[in-house]
Amino acid sequence: MALLSVNSLCAYYQTELYGISRTVRAVDGVTFELYPNEIYGLAGESSCGKTTLIKVISGNVKPPLKVISGSVDYQFGSYAVDMLHVPKEDLRRNVRWKEISYVMQGSMSVLNPVRKVIKTFEDIVETHDQITNRREFLEQVTAHINRLGLPTEVLSSYPHQLSGGMKQRVAIALATLFQPSLIIADEPTTALDVVVQRGVLQMIKDIQGASNNTVLLVTHDMAVHANVADRVMIMYAGRIAEEAPTETIFNAPLHPYTQHLIGSLPMIGERSNKAALKGTPPNLANPPSGCRFHPRCPYAMEVCQTTVPDLVLVKQRHRVACHLIKEASA
Amino acid sequence: MFKVIRDLFRYDGRFRLAAFFLTAVTVMIILSYVSPYDPDKSFVVAMDMPPSPEHIFGTDSRGQDVFWWMTFAMRNSFFMGVITAAVSRVIAILMGLSAGYRGGWLDRFLMSVTDTFVVLPLLPILILLGFLLRDIMNQFLLGFILALFGWPYDARLIRSQVLTLRERAFTRTAVYSGTGPFWITIREHLPFVMPIVLATTINNILWAIGFEVTLSILGLSDLTRPSIGTALYWANQHGALVAGVWWWIAAPTLAAIVLALGLYLLLTSVNDYIDPRTRLRLIGG
Amino acid sequence: MSANGKLLDVQHVTVEFHIGGLMGGSLLVAVNDISFSMESDRPAIFTLAGESGRGKTTLSRLLLHDLDPTRGKVLFEGRDLATIRKRNDLKEFMKKVQPVFQNPFETFSPLRRVDAYLFDTALNFGVASDRQDAARVVDGALRNVGLSLDEVSKRYPHELSGGQIQRVSVARSLISRPKLILADEPVSMVDASLRMEIVNLFRKLRDEQKVSIIYITHDLATAYYISDRIAIMLRGYIVELGPVEDVLNRPAHPYTQLLKESVPEPLPADRESWAKHIELGTTEVKEYGREGCKFAARCPYVMDICRKADPPDVLVNQQTVKCYLYT
Repeated sequence: MALLSVNSLCAYYQTELYGISRTVRAVDGVTFELYPNEIYGLAGESSCGKTTLIKVISGNVKPPLKVISGSVDYQFGSYAVDMLHVPKEDLRRNVRWKEISYVMQGSMSVLNPVRKVIKTFEDIVETHDQITNRREFLEQVTAHINRLGLPTEVLSSYPHQLSGGMKQRVAIALATLFQPSLIIADEPTTALDVVVQRGVLQMIKDIQGASNNTVLLVTHDMAVHANVADRVMIMYAGRIAEEAPTETIFNAPLHPYTQHLIGSLPMIGERSNKAALKGTPPNLANPPSGCRFHPRCPYAMEVCQTTVPDLVLVKQRHRVACHLIKEASA
Repeated sequence: MFKVIRDLFRYDGRFRLAAFFLTAVTVMIILSYVSPYDPDKSFVVAMDMPPSPEHIFGTDSRGQDVFWWMTFAMRNSFFMGVITAAVSRVIAILMGLSAGYRGGWLDRFLMSVTDTFVVLPLLPILILLGFLLRDIMNQFLLGFILALFGWPYDARLIRSQVLTLRERAFTRTAVYSGTGPFWITIREHLPFVMPIVLATTINNILWAIGFEVTLSILGLSDLTRPSIGTALYWANQHGALVAGVWWWIAAPTLAAIVLALGLYLLLTSVNDYIDPRTRLRLIGG
Repeated sequence: MSANGKLLDVQHVTVEFHIGGLMGGSLLVAVNDISFSMESDRPAIFTLAGESGRGKTTLSRLLLHDLDPTRGKVLFEGRDLATIRKRNDLKEFMKKVQPVFQNPFETFSPLRRVDAYLFDTALNFGVASDRQDAARVVDGALRNVGLSLDEVSKRYPHELSGGQIQRVSVARSLISRPKLILADEPVSMVDASLRMEIVNLFRKLRDEQKVSIIYITHDLATAYYISDRIAIMLRGYIVELGPVEDVLNRPAHPYTQLLKESVPEPLPADRESWAKHIELGTTEVKEYGREGCKFAARCPYVMDICRKADPPDVLVNQQTVKCYLYT
């Protein structure tokens, strides 16, 4: 049974300023599901819509962002939540940090720079429960972070005394305090160097393995997905281009965009010429017609300019939105 | 330029209202040049007459037509405010930009000077100056004196903006493009500083007019020249409220409100428009 | 100017920072006794790789003459940078050494058109005599990077993609015909699909324009792709330096080995080895302040002597390694 069901979601940014109205079609018809006990990778570059998608599924829709159509439904065991219509109070008390938690890039949105780390832990816990026994609380938090490999002195430090990698790991500790069913990690390692990135991602994997929950890992770095995710979804210009188990995506990608993303990654030990993708990322206020990738696609056909390709299931758990594939199975 | 005004007029209610008020102010100021009555004379018309078609705001106890007298008052008050704003802007920008960009000992020196001015208690000093200079005091001298005290807050504001801008990568790009410090301040930093300058300018005009009214009511300004403040002073002197000559108080009060509101609404609407963040959203950022 | 053939000669340079307040506080040695050089006659791409920390950034600022070393000298074309003080000398230096910054969206002011900076550079450094001449120069520089003045003219930064802005940034740095470009993480904030165009561009600059490049990155894959030599930095030291094939294919220093292993490769079959557990460092000050080898706390081959004193530099195969394993 799916943990999260997103159906035909359309979410646009609509601004009206001094007579100029612009609609940015950031998420334009996205359908997918998340299951318990998996690491799901969401890949795509800037302006592909993944940040907007995260905002909508985590209940962070504020003007000028507006959900135009579609549904976002969660099933946490027996507790069902319709994210688009759930009351704010419910969201705050029962869903945030308890069922869904976040790890963001830079962790700055979570760690209060003028308070010691332990205070941030207290703040978060107190939005849900009263802390009746201080000492017990401290013991539990210390045990929790120690289990994740963090030294105890982190709790009595200020955020600026910790390195970037350390802060991210603290953010992960915060996110896992209540053992949520879904952890959304949005570019958690982008600003960190490779060694620290490895440590942080290992931590995420360990947590997922121990609690069997679901991790939605959002990053543009395909190599990270290769080593961490179970399934990967590639987004382009507000739509899903391809979704498949990790091995399939890397060994037999079907969408030309996926093929380029993977083929263009340089690896240590080889220096053969790698081609760049021509053109520029699409402008979502004025996206290309038909398949939004067609201006940059090496295999673009007539039909690609006029018709939007459907997302079809080609093999078990493998979906692609590309006219090339449709042609083949027609 | 015109496109800006046109956009603002079409889409911002505050700007429309501001335009309405300030047009009224401008009309009054222009009318002062064609006034049929000389404001310095007394008993030009019948005294204490309530508003009528012939005298729109009635007449006062000195035999002046209140409306035409107010046109001069509006002119003097407004121009005084503009003088204060202009002179103090120049001082604030010079101080703020140099301190912010140069840093080091210049910054510390300029900021000590600024802070000294900030803590000065303005009203007592102005009252003292009003007494000492009452022989030569007029609105324009007052405007100038106010300018000398009206810049410190804004200098600090500008300086902190420059301090953040200095750290941004594009300042370094400008440095490596061979641009000297002076041009970097003008080309790179000033566009960000301008919204602040505009906001503080209008604020400053309001502040200056407020002080002028205060001082004039206390009788510390040149009482022979018409201004919003002196209108209220004379009205008080003649016990206007007690005598029932309410229009003599209402007129300057209304003038003050229209002027203040007009300027304030102009301030907020233009400020929103030229804020770099709004500009970015407008040009599609 | 006599330079014994060296374009850049960094000699035992140390940069120390005082952190904390006037009372107490500690010393952070961001750059510790670093030496390396680049030849004038052979343009090359030299990579500075390693952890994020203060070292690489400080070194890049040092080479751009943005700060002075606490000890040691930096010689550019034979001249000690510390002697460059007057505005004219500084300008001459900036003509020859130009930066490319990391964040394309911060490199140019959001309120100015991007071509304005290119015109400024052309006019300020005397490369063009007037605006018309400058337009020609700017167009030439842009064509060098695969763009043109028509495409870029009158555009604001947010109207271009990250990749395009970085190319404009590189074009700007080429206008004064520099000998050396300092590229600080130039592709880390650029989309994957646009990254290769920048990286390929650097290769072209070295081969066709004969410009030397110091490429600062923590992405070892692109470093391998374009550089000639590489230096691995750790907590202010260079722990390994040599030709890139040798250092990355046969890493000698345990830290280099760890770095190489930690690079996630897009080959899912290899997941298990990457998932092997590693130790991460603690707070920055603690690590920098440690006695002896800065990697001792995490090194699988650590010996007693490693904790006592800084290891010496040893020549191993083609590279210089700072490690007791090879003494």
